[in-house]
Amino acid sequence: MQQFLQQVVSGLASGGVYASLALALVLIYRSTEVINFAQGEMATFTTYVAWQLGHWGVPFWAAFFLTLAFAFVFGVAIERVVIRPFERGPVLTVVIVTIGLLVLLNGLDGWIWGAEIKSFHSAFPTRPINIGGVAFSLQDIGVIAVSLLAVFVLWLFFRFTKVGLAMRAAAVNPDSARLTGVRVGWMLALGWGLASMLGALSGLMIAPVVFLDPNMMQVVLIYAFAAAVLGGLQSPAGAVVGGLLLGVMLNLLGTYVHPVTPELRLPVALLVLLIVLLVKPSGLFGRATVRKV
Amino acid sequence: MPLLELGDVEARYGPIVALQGVSLSVDEGQVVAVLGANGAGKTTTLRAVSGTVRRTGRIAFDGQDLGRRGPEAVARLGIAHVPEGRGTFVELTVWENLRLGAYTRSRGANLKADLARMVDYFPWIERRRDQQAATLSGGEQQMLALARALMARPRLLLLDEPSLGLAPLVTREIFRIVRELNEQEGLSVLVVEQNANLALDAAQHAYVLEVGRVALDGPSEELRSHPSVRKSYLGY
Amino acid sequence: MSRGLAIKLVAIALGVALVVVLGFTMTDYHQYQGGIVGYYLIAILGLNILTGYTGQISLGNGAFMAVGGYTTAILVGHHGWGELWTLPVAAAVAGVAGFLFGIPALRLAGPYLALATFAIAVAVPSLAKRFDHFTGGSSGILLPIHTGHYLYWASWICAGIGYVVAWLVLRGRTGRAFRAVRDSEVAAVSSGVSLASYKTLAFGISAAYAGVAGALLAIGAGYTNPDTFPVTLSLYLLIGAVVGGLGSLWGMVFGALFIEYLPIYAQKTYFGFAFSKQAPSVVYGLVLILIMLVMPTGVVGLARRIRRAI
Repeated sequence: MQQFLQQVVSGLASGGVYASLALALVLIYRSTEVINFAQGEMATFTTYVAWQLGHWGVPFWAAFFLTLAFAFVFGVAIERVVIRPFERGPVLTVVIVTIGLLVLLNGLDGWIWGAEIKSFHSAFPTRPINIGGVAFSLQDIGVIAVSLLAVFVLWLFFRFTKVGLAMRAAAVNPDSARLTGVRVGWMLALGWGLASMLGALSGLMIAPVVFLDPNMMQVVLIYAFAAAVLGGLQSPAGAVVGGLLLGVMLNLLGTYVHPVTPELRLPVALLVLLIVLLVKPSGLFGRATVRKV
Repeated sequence: MPLLELGDVEARYGPIVALQGVSLSVDEGQVVAVLGANGAGKTTTLRAVSGTVRRTGRIAFDGQDLGRRGPEAVARLGIAHVPEGRGTFVELTVWENLRLGAYTRSRGANLKADLARMVDYFPWIERRRDQQAATLSGGEQQMLALARALMARPRLLLLDEPSLGLAPLVTREIFRIVRELNEQEGLSVLVVEQNANLALDAAQHAYVLEVGRVALDGPSEELRSHPSVRKSYLGY
Repeated sequence: MSRGLAIKLVAIALGVALVVVLGFTMTDYHQYQGGIVGYYLIAILGLNILTGYTGQISLGNGAFMAVGGYTTAILVGHHGWGELWTLPVAAAVAGVAGFLFGIPALRLAGPYLALATFAIAVAVPSLAKRFDHFTGGSSGILLPIHTGHYLYWASWICAGIGYVVAWLVLRGRTGRAFRAVRDSEVAAVSSGVSLASYKTLAFGISAAYAGVAGALLAIGAGYTNPDTFPVTLSLYLLIGAVVGGLGSLWGMVFGALFIEYLPIYAQKTYFGFAFSKQAPSVVYGLVLILIMLVMPTGVVGLARRIRRAI
């Protein structure tokens, strides 16, 4: 029983990382119908920036928030400079552009910081904490708390602020939003900025565990895709629930089902992705869209 | 000086020319109707004003040339466009739709008072404020779209085919409210409408468009008795 | 015959002549690279049929290359088959795999299909590692080594066959049906085109092409292991198809040249400034984005625009 709880919590922690990145993907997909293949690399890049700040002696939490701020500006800049020229064209073109961005950022990471693995300080001490007689990793609890807090703050933003409402309007009906005076282009940029921040959060939380290298987020991106599809590509709540569910499920499968070795975690996640796509593409929380024909 | 003035406006959708030189004007405090058959260019005229479609020619609002402004900028000048099909944010709640309408208003503005005004005009809003707009009937959505536009406290309201798909009773109510707003608050309105009867009732002046051009214009009473208008649009 | 047709025939003749001449005059190393271009061309041709003609986005054709590649590797490495005899088998096995995938894929569209195919591409290396009694696990399977000359001719002869087959398939009713599916599914169905059959057929054909390409890759490299068919391969194939010009058979040559040579050129030094090992990716990414900006319809689209402007 103890092990079960520990595995659940640990699963929730990795799930929190997947959920953040999945939420980033959904944010962008909802507003532009674009699947941002570069989301993981954007997260890696911002995590490197955090590492650099730490390397220059900036204290941890200052570097943390500075990185989030940088990530926001970074996301906005990428949308305005790289994505905007392609907004009116076919979706396939934008997909290729995000792939180009993926390759570009991956190379940039290695070029600026080198390809060797770097260690990354955790926000939380690594000692265990005792809750109800069960030992949990403080790191895991911290990651879960941060992820949930981030999601909650985002929810508050979208629900209660004027800009949040405008962003939702721009995603739901851009033409009408323009008529009410909303600058839809900038709302898209804001979406990318927020998504970038979520990605940065994801990277900052996983770097202490898997160490920082240019390919750090590639696997996480796959899990994030699986989580986003599981929850429903158009549903932010779905992305979060999907991420947490996926994290727990993978952990429990890995612990209790013996044919599932660690290398199989990825294919299992992909299997989940494929099954969802085949059975109910709109995911747990999505509404099935009617495709005539 | 008229509030809105269109001079020789041309607009096209790709190779199709929708407006071939339309000139019209709306005075402050006036309700002006634009009549015409399907495809005559009525909706395009409104789109040209709100900046939704690219056009050549001169459009001046309050003497100021609108130039190449897009819809966001035009909205900020005080022009509110209720588009064809209403453009409701169906996934947002009724209240959120209204709040969005007031997007261009500055921070200090008294939104609560305006929201209360809308409830006055459309009492059912209070009951359904937290419902998703998609659950509203066609008539309610039209009223919501109108209320959304009014939240911006516009100087000019562009109203596109308010009767489309609505029961006659509902349409009559909408036009009554439009007339009331015009008489009591001096709201200027440019309304595009296929139902010539209702439109000529509400408007002081009207234009008839045919194939992208102004074929006829004049005060409503004159147009009412004009033989071709009677035959083509009023049915008798 | 019409002027357009005459020009096309001359161009084809010149192209064939060029391939033949290069096959006897280039150095063996360059012929090896040329052979790689050849099998990329085969894979991209197949992808073009799927994405350019029926409009189904696939980010996973590298997985079908893996199916073909491992088929060949197993037959040659474990059962002693002659390499070239395995090519039709690789095509068949991969083709069936593609067709089978195409059936459930019927339910997916746009980004969902892209993600599903992406998932397959990602899964391949891990699956290859796991099922090691088939695939030789992490160490993989060894094949006999051949010269660049051998690969060059194997690839380009297959590419030639691939072109002829593609031309025959696409000019007839099948091709028209494919295009109808791409342009409007609703219209296609209402004119009696069976969506399901043509969509899965397209998947099967494109996978068969990828299978041959994968087999040639295995033969050329002399081995297969889980890293031989990474995700990036699938991405590069799509990039090649788009850069060449989706919907055009001839553009695919440019696509294949692009994905083979750009990383190589990106590695050279420019103006005395030596980039580090990571620079190729930076240059590649930048170039790709710029190409999408300048010619989103590929080289062929650009050529058409230039021709119209003249």
